[in-house]
Amino acid sequence: MLRVEGIHKSFEDFKAVSGSDLTVEVGQIVAVIGPNGAGKTTLFNLITGQLKADRGEIIFNDEDISKLPPYEICRKGIARSFQIANIFPRLTVFRNVQVSVLSQQRKSVKFFRPARMLAVKETREILENVGLAEKADAIAGSLAHGDQRTLEIAIALGNKPELLVLDEPTAGMSAEETGATMELIRRLADSQGLTILFCEHDMEVVFNVAQSIMVMHQGISIIQGGPDEVRNSNRVRECYLGGA
Amino acid sequence: MSLNMVVGHGGLFQFHHGAFYGVGAYTAALMLTKTSLPMWLGFVAGPFMAAFVGLLIGMFCVRLTKLYFGMLQISLGSLVWAIAFRWYSFTGGDDGIHGIPLPSLISSTKGAYYFGLILLILCVTVIYLIFKSPFGATLQAIRDNPERCEAIGINVRLHQLIAIVIATFFAGVAGVLFVVVEGSVFPDLLFWVFSLELFIMCLLGGWFTFAGPILGAAIMISLRTFVGIYTEYWTLILGIILILLIFFLPEGVWGYLLEKFGFQRKKLLEKEGQ
Repeated sequence: MLRVEGIHKSFEDFKAVSGSDLTVEVGQIVAVIGPNGAGKTTLFNLITGQLKADRGEIIFNDEDISKLPPYEICRKGIARSFQIANIFPRLTVFRNVQVSVLSQQRKSVKFFRPARMLAVKETREILENVGLAEKADAIAGSLAHGDQRTLEIAIALGNKPELLVLDEPTAGMSAEETGATMELIRRLADSQGLTILFCEHDMEVVFNVAQSIMVMHQGISIIQGGPDEVRNSNRVRECYLGGA
Repeated sequence: MSLNMVVGHGGLFQFHHGAFYGVGAYTAALMLTKTSLPMWLGFVAGPFMAAFVGLLIGMFCVRLTKLYFGMLQISLGSLVWAIAFRWYSFTGGDDGIHGIPLPSLISSTKGAYYFGLILLILCVTVIYLIFKSPFGATLQAIRDNPERCEAIGINVRLHQLIAIVIATFFAGVAGVLFVVVEGSVFPDLLFWVFSLELFIMCLLGGWFTFAGPILGAAIMISLRTFVGIYTEYWTLILGIILILLIFFLPEGVWGYLLEKFGFQRKKLLEKEGQ
């Protein structure tokens, strides 16, 4: 479904990603792990178009998307969340998700129909699905950190993606919240057949959920394989587990 | 009002909105004096011309963000002002155009008043509808977080451009109204100081709200009329008010009222709940 090949990205002299490969099959939950600064977020920003790659290919459903702007990549079926809660802080929780649904239904440029009557059902469904239905009328900026992160995912779901890309969905969360978020990810994959790509720096969190794991170190992908293969790999132990 | 759509809801620094107001006024004035086309055509042409200029300038400006957007707009807008100021044979230069013939129906004070009122109500209604529409919602989302909007499949620049065109269209309507009321135009309409005044109105009233700019304009005009009687330094008072506002009411007067009122209502509900 998604294939990243030999992708490179430097910032001035710093090589953030230098030769990274990644494959995501339909229906899989794929995790990218690596220590802080390994280039995980940069890789994700390249996939969803926030950054443009210097070199390499990103193929999504047989189409090279590496040159497209973010909004077009999104329309191809890849939605994402961000590492830092990236929401619309002055709008209500409901509106946050609704804007996304409206965009997906190509209704953003309607002028004279009141917005409160459109895309309501879909928005409600998503909010109930992630457990934010009760807070629908709250101003998004006033939510607790954990809820804002969940809202992040809800906004991404509003786009009805084929592939959901989550950049460290558990960053800054307590152990309990982390568990709940992982549970949510698993449930979304099961119930809606979503393909999910996420990254994480805590290895233990990943092994229970992901079917395929790619390990990144200093901008290079070291290995991609099933949890057991990755756990037993000597190279991973050398540069990741050993170093930590 | 239309400025607020771009600034408050679109999050763009539209520093030179007055230019489009002036373009609307000038277009109407020129059509009425220099051509023999039907008069109503002049009135219709004003807003469209303003929107067209808005589209042209907007196309350059949306490529930039934040302050740079505003700076470029000031310079491009000032260009328009310079044209009006210097091109004597066409625009009358710094003298402007006076004694513009108007249809008899709206040439009287009363007629002009009702014409203005009807237009105002019409415009406010349309802007309100847009404010409440999916487009308005999307625009507010862009203001809050343009990066996120890109990531949910919204073409941010296109939306901003549409917003600018709509806003400049209404600025053009306002310009035409000015012609109707005053019967003349002059380059000051296009000068950036006037744009600043508009900007302050939005700030004053509360730029994240729908009705804020109206309140802001009312405050500003009353200040000018009432304080202006006592001292010509009424802008000094305005300045002090602005400073206080930025420190104490960053959401503007209307925003503050809304917050206060909304808060009390919530409290009441909670009490009833108990």
